[in-house]
Amino acid sequence: MKFGEFGGRYVPETLIPPLEELESAYRKLKSDEEFQKELNWYLKNYAGRPTPLYFAKNLSEKLGGAKIYLKREDLLHSGAHKINNTLGQALLAKKMDKKRLIAETGAGQHGVATAIAGTLFGLETEIYMGAEDVERQKTNVFRMEILGAHVIPVETGSRTLKDAINEALRDWASNFETTHYLIGSVVGPHPYPTIVRDFQSVIGKETKEQIMEIEGGLPDVIVACVGGGSNAMGIFYPFLEDDVQLIGVEAGGRGIDTEENSASLIKGEKGVLHGMLSYFLQDEDGQMRDTHSIAAGLDYPGVGPEHAYLKDRGRVKYVSVTDDEALRAFLEFSKTEGILPALESAHAIAHAMKIAKEMKRDDIIIVNLSGRGDKDLKIVMEALR
Amino acid sequence: MIERALITYITAGDPDKVATLEFLLSMEKYADVIELGIPFSDPMADGKTIQEANFRALKNGFRMKDVFEIVRSFRDHSEKPLILMSYYNPVYRMGFERFFNKARSSGVSATIIVDLPFDEAEEYISLSEKYGIERVFLSAPNTPEERLRRVDELSSFIYLISLYGVTGVRRELSPLALEALKRVKRICRKPVAVGFGISTKEHVRELLKHGADGVVVGSAIVELIGKYGREASPFIEKRLRELRRGLKV
Repeated sequence: MKFGEFGGRYVPETLIPPLEELESAYRKLKSDEEFQKELNWYLKNYAGRPTPLYFAKNLSEKLGGAKIYLKREDLLHSGAHKINNTLGQALLAKKMDKKRLIAETGAGQHGVATAIAGTLFGLETEIYMGAEDVERQKTNVFRMEILGAHVIPVETGSRTLKDAINEALRDWASNFETTHYLIGSVVGPHPYPTIVRDFQSVIGKETKEQIMEIEGGLPDVIVACVGGGSNAMGIFYPFLEDDVQLIGVEAGGRGIDTEENSASLIKGEKGVLHGMLSYFLQDEDGQMRDTHSIAAGLDYPGVGPEHAYLKDRGRVKYVSVTDDEALRAFLEFSKTEGILPALESAHAIAHAMKIAKEMKRDDIIIVNLSGRGDKDLKIVMEALR
Repeated sequence: MIERALITYITAGDPDKVATLEFLLSMEKYADVIELGIPFSDPMADGKTIQEANFRALKNGFRMKDVFEIVRSFRDHSEKPLILMSYYNPVYRMGFERFFNKARSSGVSATIIVDLPFDEAEEYISLSEKYGIERVFLSAPNTPEERLRRVDELSSFIYLISLYGVTGVRRELSPLALEALKRVKRICRKPVAVGFGISTKEHVRELLKHGADGVVVGSAIVELIGKYGREASPFIEKRLRELRRGLKV
């Protein structure tokens, strides 16, 4: 299955059978009521769904424009939306009779959510993490280990998230018989982008019901940050056929015209990596470039193929927000609403703040507040120095 | 292209293009087919040894055009078949037309794109045909029969991955290797070369005894380049002489 020309299954032959096994298991369980019931039970009683759709009154009044609503994924167990997907995939792995989970992580959020799901369902869990990130995110490494996972530092390449994915794929090619590779975003070879999007779509489904109930109508705009793009796909997907403007915010890093950003949809070129055809930040020989964002969760040279498709179709508008803008939004939002947003989500907030002022008072913007910001305090402290 | 063939792999530009040509000429004395890899920033099918070769080449400024220059120079000295191996992205970025055009004019005999399975390869197949470059697709011990048949149709020979996992030196032959080889030989008509983890003359002998038409040795050579750098030629030749002994009946 592809999204236009994007997506696909660009992997060595060894990985084709495990991907087919995964696809057929997923297709069966997707329409299996028992499975959905069980997953929903965990999402509700373990992870804390549904999350509130909160009217950010202080911020809306301060800006004096559109009404801003927040989808509070930051209130989920583990502190971010990632757990919607890890619970879904871990349960899927369990049904497939796999004994072991592996995952990649950048900053550690997906690693933590995978560690949690692995422990919950009694699966051995190993997390690949770039050695550079292991250094920068010591607390999260400790967190994963306390939660029962084993963290493996990846020393090769740029020693960051993309190399952790390479290493996880290598592990999977060796151990697929016993192991499920739990990818953390809407990336990778088919069927991963679809599976992760489906598990994250609970965000958009809830949001739709909630806004209909509160406001009696659809929002005008939905804003979400995009690294790999899972929280954005999750909230966008149920609104794709509606008359709602969808805006994805990429990491502009030190500036969209510098080499130091992670804006693959805006600045990237089409290419193939990690099993998918999508947009990537790369040089003219097709070598992947090092990327940068103050938000580690956005620091990836590629993006999910469905985003690439939605961009080319013109259905979703993609913009960028720099490190400095995200940081300012982080501070202003915290002081105004009393909520510490993740630096990733602060990118979405920064853009919502920009456009809210230009909109009418009865217009509605929904921001996906994908995670909480406690994990980022050290980075913010350093940036302010 | 292959009959009791020793196929040897190195990465282009590791540690630089002058050394690569020298290594190719050393290999050429003992190998039947040469496989030359295009370095990539994200070599996900490779183990540590070849990953590091990729990174050394890129760190030393390897550019895509260099690989065709190397092949052209090699062709001044040798008629032996040369297979260009790549990950898909550098080729995708260049475009198949340009890639095959340069491949043909520099003297490439065949191409392997590790992460381009035949289901995604329609354009690759038709343009390789247009430019008269042979193709090699991979198969693995878990490749289902109907896929193997398709590989058999589309490939000059079948490159059988001997194990589950990535490239790299292994002490023992994978327990999957002989079983998989037997199966591929039963299902396919084309010659079969076995690669990944093939490191010693005993491995070579064992595989040929069980019907392999060729063996591919990569990491066992590349590790010498990692160790001896530009001075690796005599060590490569020594190792190939040794491996060659595994070919004798």
